[in-house]
Amino acid sequence: MKEITVDATLDNIETVTDFIDAELERVDCPPKAMMQINIAVDELFSNIARYAYEPEKGPATVRVEVDPDSPEVVITFLDHGKPYNPLENEDPDITLSAEERGIGGLGIFMVKKTMDEIEYEYRDGKNILRVKKKL
Amino acid sequence: MNINKTAEGSFLKIKVDGRLDTTTAPQLEEELKASLDGVTDLAMDFADLEYISSAGLRVLLSAQKTMNKQGSMKVLNVNETIMEIFDITGFADILTIEN
Repeated sequence: MKEITVDATLDNIETVTDFIDAELERVDCPPKAMMQINIAVDELFSNIARYAYEPEKGPATVRVEVDPDSPEVVITFLDHGKPYNPLENEDPDITLSAEERGIGGLGIFMVKKTMDEIEYEYRDGKNILRVKKKL
Repeated sequence: MNINKTAEGSFLKIKVDGRLDTTTAPQLEEELKASLDGVTDLAMDFADLEYISSAGLRVLLSAQKTMNKQGSMKVLNVNETIMEIFDITGFADILTIEN
C-alpha cells in the first residue's frame, strides 16, 4: 500500500496521476485499464478539489493498493471536507440530443461504468471513496 | 496536451494529442473559441489522443453545439478507450465519428 497526501487543488491532479501511474507500471497494468483509471482519478480528485473544502482549501489523501497475487488495483480517496456521496447523484440521461444535453453527473457516471466496484462511506469525519479495477 | 491546427478556407482541422482532461480541457476550449468564426467544416483529429474525461466531453459538446448552428463537425481516428467512453456516455450518438 502506498499513499500520497496533497492539497486538494486542480493543479495537483497531475501529481496524483503520476503517483498512481508509477504504481500501475510496477504491476504491468494493461494500457486500457491504466487510461480508465487515469480518467477515474481525474473525475474523482477534481470533484474533491472543487467541492470538498469550498471556499477554503484542504488536503486529500490518495491510497493505491496493488496485490501482486491478485490482478486488481484498489484506489481510495480520503478528504475531511463536507460530507458528500457522489454515488447518490442521479445518472445522466445519455439518450438526449446535443442541444438537450447537460453535462452534470457525467464524470461519476463514467467512473461507475469503467471501474468494477465503487463504494462510499463517511467515517471519522472523512469522505472515503474507494474504486476497484480488475486488471 | 498538444493542439495542432490546419485551416483552409472555411475548413479547420484541430489535432489534439495527449490527454484531454480537467487540466488541459480549458486550453482546447480557448483554442476553439478563438478559431471557429467562419468555420463551416470542423474536423477534430484524435489519432494521438490517449484519453478523454468529462471535462473534455464538455468542450466537445459545446463545439458540437456551435457547429450545429454554422456547419458540421467530425471526429476522426478515435482509439478504443475513447470510443468506449463515447458509447457509455451516449456521445457516440451526438458526434459524427469517422475512423
